[in-house]
Amino acid sequence: MQYLLLIYGEERSEAAMPAADAQSMLAAFGAFTQSIAESGALVHSNRLRPVSDATSVRVRDGKTLITDGPFAETREALGGYYLVEAKDLDEATAIAARIPSARFGTIEVRPVWAM
Amino acid sequence: MLATLIRLTGSFDLAEEGLQDAYVAAAKTWQATPPSHPRAWLIRTARNRIIDRLRRRTAFVAHQGALAALAEIEAAAQPPEDDDEAMFGDDLLRLIFTCCHPSLAREAQVALTLRTVCGLGTPAVAAAFLVKEEAMAQRLVRAKAKIRAARIPYRPPARELLDERIEGVLATIYLIFTEAYAGDPRRSLAGEAIGLARRLDALMPGRPAVQGLLALMLLQDSRRRARVGPDGAMVRLEDQDRALWDQGQIAEGLALVERALGSAAPPSSYAVQAAIAALHARAGAAAETDWAQIVELYGVLMAIHPSPVIELNQAAAVSLAQGPAEALAMVDAIAARGDLAVYHLLPAARGHMLRRLGRRDEALQAYRQAYGLARFAPDRRLIESEIAALSEA
Repeated sequence: MQYLLLIYGEERSEAAMPAADAQSMLAAFGAFTQSIAESGALVHSNRLRPVSDATSVRVRDGKTLITDGPFAETREALGGYYLVEAKDLDEATAIAARIPSARFGTIEVRPVWAM
Repeated sequence: MLATLIRLTGSFDLAEEGLQDAYVAAAKTWQATPPSHPRAWLIRTARNRIIDRLRRRTAFVAHQGALAALAEIEAAAQPPEDDDEAMFGDDLLRLIFTCCHPSLAREAQVALTLRTVCGLGTPAVAAAFLVKEEAMAQRLVRAKAKIRAARIPYRPPARELLDERIEGVLATIYLIFTEAYAGDPRRSLAGEAIGLARRLDALMPGRPAVQGLLALMLLQDSRRRARVGPDGAMVRLEDQDRALWDQGQIAEGLALVERALGSAAPPSSYAVQAAIAALHARAGAAAETDWAQIVELYGVLMAIHPSPVIELNQAAAVSLAQGPAEALAMVDAIAARGDLAVYHLLPAARGHMLRRLGRRDEALQAYRQAYGLARFAPDRRLIESEIAALSEA
């Protein structure tokens, strides 16, 4: 079954991280991604650009409304995702717990609707 | 048996329905032909009934849900031939850990555990928490839906997660013990909570955290008959008739505290709370209580798991160990932080301390504040009588 692992973090503290820490975080992500690719759990993943680069789109009464920013201002913002294949929730949460930024932020684990 | 059926069918609802059908069948045939292994018979019969139901649903139309359920049953293990205690024990553990899975909201864990592990009816579970039956039924439906949709696994957790998950189970059990009483301590589900802890201890023996919780609940429950007076008012521990305390539960609780604290590991919060309860249980009268040691134990508890309620309890003990003036300072400090603003026991404690200090008018004011905050009648009655006693003096 597929689960989407949504990576939430505080952009401000991430930006304020010293360069060396940011580098090792990046390396940790690289190693993690590789390991789940090798195990076959990885379906897809991406890092997202910050919410300052986000655009929100709504269509109401036939009109398309486009605004700057994410759909809601939240303390932790969505920074990336992993789509993984796992046999059950415990396996999915075990993968999520290994995501390097889980120590600072939150990983939301959402089961994908089976079609 | 429900636990085993859930494993064999992959569904809480199907298992429940099947078991009901099996009971009906048993009522019809057991008098004439009693089975040698009744539980295995019930499980086998339940499973057959479930398969029949599902096949009927797919007889004319390819009902996707029923087909999937049938496939799952056929892929699962065969039903047991006989009453295999070890297997039933394993299945019960699966059920307990699934009901108490951390991805379910705590109140959902409580509802599911009471319903499926303890076998309580939905109305009884709803009543215990002063929730409408419909709302409780919905809570159960959503919990089972989440187990299905998120695929919460039906098995005990991996070894590295076991300690953490056991903590979760214990927290749910303790919540049942402390919160399921519909405002009247005489209607509590303490017995169910104690039963759950006993079963957990039997299935996973030698765990100090489990022993600590079981000890705590036994010692607290031992005071059950003394806790509410004939007039329906709460009776404070210092004023309880100790002849009404259950000595059997006390003996068992004291033995368990020894074992829980005997391990090399740092003590669990439950074990320390049990040690405090043990000091009360050992005292023949309130005046004989080792209040100084209780104050120290609350200090240990604050170090493990600080909370304003524990701090308040420590202040109450300080009041008796050192004196009301020191205790009042502690209580005022809690109130100054804004903690426990709607907890009636805080102004009630202030009232006791102010009364002992001879500050009568302030004591009455504090008691009135406590009265306004008290949610349930037994607590209000106690405060009423304290106000009455003080007003007459």
